[in-house]
Amino acid sequence: MRHIIAVLMENEAGALSRVAGLFSARGYNIESLTVAPTNDPSLSRLTVVTIGSDEIIEQITKQLNKLLDVVKLVDLTSIKHVEREMMLTKVRAVGSMREEYKRICEIFRGKIVDVTDTTYIIELTGASDKLDSFLSSIAEENILEVVRSGVSGMARGEKCLKL
Amino acid sequence: MELSGGEIIIQALKEEGIEYLFGYPGGAVLHIYDAIYQQDDVKHVLVRHEQAATHAADGYARSTGKPGVCLVTSGPGATNAVTGIATAYMDSIPMIILTGQVARRMIGTDAFQEADIVGITRPCVKHNFLVQSLEDLAPTLKKAFYVATTGRPGPVVVDIPKDVTAPNIKIPFEYPYSVDIRSYNPTVTGHTGQIAKAVELLIQAKRPVIYFGGGVILGEAHEELTQLGRTLDYPVTSTLMGLGAYPSSDKNFIGMLGMHGTYEANMAMHDCDVLLAVGARFDDRVTGEIEHFCPYAKIIHIDIDPSSISKNIKVDVPIVGDVKQVLTEMQNQIDGLSQRADDGAMASWWKLINEWRAENGYYYDRESEIIKPQYVVEKFCELTLGEAFICSDVGQHQMFAAQFYQFDKPRRWINSGGLGTMGFGLPSAMGVQFAHPDATVGVVTGEASIQMCIQELSACQQYNLPLKILNLNNGYLGMVRQWQEFSYEKRYSQSYVNALPDFVKLAESYGHVGMKIEKTSDVEGALKESLNLKNRLVFMDFITDREENVYPMIEAGKGHHQMRMNPNRPSLRGES
Repeated sequence: MRHIIAVLMENEAGALSRVAGLFSARGYNIESLTVAPTNDPSLSRLTVVTIGSDEIIEQITKQLNKLLDVVKLVDLTSIKHVEREMMLTKVRAVGSMREEYKRICEIFRGKIVDVTDTTYIIELTGASDKLDSFLSSIAEENILEVVRSGVSGMARGEKCLKL
Repeated sequence: MELSGGEIIIQALKEEGIEYLFGYPGGAVLHIYDAIYQQDDVKHVLVRHEQAATHAADGYARSTGKPGVCLVTSGPGATNAVTGIATAYMDSIPMIILTGQVARRMIGTDAFQEADIVGITRPCVKHNFLVQSLEDLAPTLKKAFYVATTGRPGPVVVDIPKDVTAPNIKIPFEYPYSVDIRSYNPTVTGHTGQIAKAVELLIQAKRPVIYFGGGVILGEAHEELTQLGRTLDYPVTSTLMGLGAYPSSDKNFIGMLGMHGTYEANMAMHDCDVLLAVGARFDDRVTGEIEHFCPYAKIIHIDIDPSSISKNIKVDVPIVGDVKQVLTEMQNQIDGLSQRADDGAMASWWKLINEWRAENGYYYDRESEIIKPQYVVEKFCELTLGEAFICSDVGQHQMFAAQFYQFDKPRRWINSGGLGTMGFGLPSAMGVQFAHPDATVGVVTGEASIQMCIQELSACQQYNLPLKILNLNNGYLGMVRQWQEFSYEKRYSQSYVNALPDFVKLAESYGHVGMKIEKTSDVEGALKESLNLKNRLVFMDFITDREENVYPMIEAGKGHHQMRMNPNRPSLRGES
């Protein structure tokens, strides 16, 4: 099963390495991983998407909690939460396709953030499946480059991951 | 008081009550060594290889419960220490490893003797630190000791750049009184509700077994365990790491369990209906094939580390907490009960266990003129009244030592269980002897293992360590050969150890006493003589039976009830 785990860590050199190292050392799967400082500069927030059985996920959360750099974590999968990912897609935009891409962009509520006479870069934010749908709506030979940020998320309502 | 980095390290060690520092100098730690030279409170022990520094600190920690400390230089010094660090990590030993590092401005430039030891040891330490400034040095050391010695203990590496220890830069020294790490809060108190559930299961059990491991020793809970075992009057079995935490001579003790454990312990584990696991982690050497493990049992598991619970084996009543505290609470609850175990069921269970004991799983040929390794260990146990410290290397000799030396006290059996590091025996014994200067310290080893850290015979001479080295010399990498006999049709690939030194001459060249013993009838005399030479290291080269195997054995893919037994064993029941 796919799980999304949000981790609050000490914002210190090596913290990310410890988490990544834990996953690789114990053979746990990382589907995506993203990390950045929070509004508290002493803390970073890391979000990892992993796939595994219930037993494996239980071990992953226990092992993460053991790390000295990990302050707190929450498995968002089992609670109501919002998930978002950002993607930049560079497409070959010539002739009639230029209008077509603008329409697709509107449908997906994306933005064109770069324009040249032959290319567009389209910025899109949403849940992973929305981003996947966007990519499949464009012919493969027109997709020049794609970069995704990795999924992050937070719980809905009052529940917060904080100290 | 204004101190330099090197002086701060010494003061911090003193604050932590550290007596010995096992180490080896080098460029990155020269300032620290200068500070060591100018004081007498912390005594430095010079080893001959950094691996030995870590094993010596490890042996010190295992035999005392206090953290062991070692100091090595940057680059190759630090990388030489990795094996010892991983050894301590696998057995959860409290240890501080101070590693020198190149100056801060040189880090990341592929400088001379630079190694990213923080990166290299990340997967095999409890935690590690790189000291970024002189102001951070004392607080980091305080944190390191706190992390190493609390919760589930483990090795902590503190990487110290050379310029942080510069002798001309001094700051006011203040050792923090306490340390608070917001992300680290080891659970100490077990949940009383869970403990009550466990007690209920235990009292109703018809075929219970208490299985304990190294965690009881680390948690200083041998008295609580002994009391509980005797109160309940249940069969008690130990892992390799737990030996001595429950008196082996007690009538309830059914021996070590696992791959080379007793017949009765393994059969009891297989047939039990309630299993109380105390400070043990269901390691694969103990469980055998998991799908065959304890098929009929409800399992209670007491452990301080939540990640150990339900990791390999799903348990029914998990109790996270300090083992001493949990066992005390459990004892209180049991003492408060009016109803006790079912006497009829227990009588049947013990009858069955005694039948299994009669199978004599540890049988060996006592009539042999060729020395049997088991006999050497048995005799040594007899002559030392089971009170010696026994430090072992890895292999068949290690199993024989665990099987035949009767440990009644914890912290006497010193061996690398989790990592299984050859070369551990001799240097760990050095650490043990420093911690217990008047005790008899034996090293049970093999001719291959002993050569891995043989250079430490020099350190033993320098510090007059009167170790008794029992070299069980069978001219093979015994355990490898045994597996090759059972699973590879005796294709002994690279398991023959030839070109051996004359160990007697080798020992003598280091200034020690050397003996070669080739007949069973000479064993007792040699051991007695070694014990009488109270101030000398005695190296006894016992030429043993070349193809003796360790029995019983639970082979790969098999369960506890499928042990391979010694084919020459006469069953005491009269069946063949």
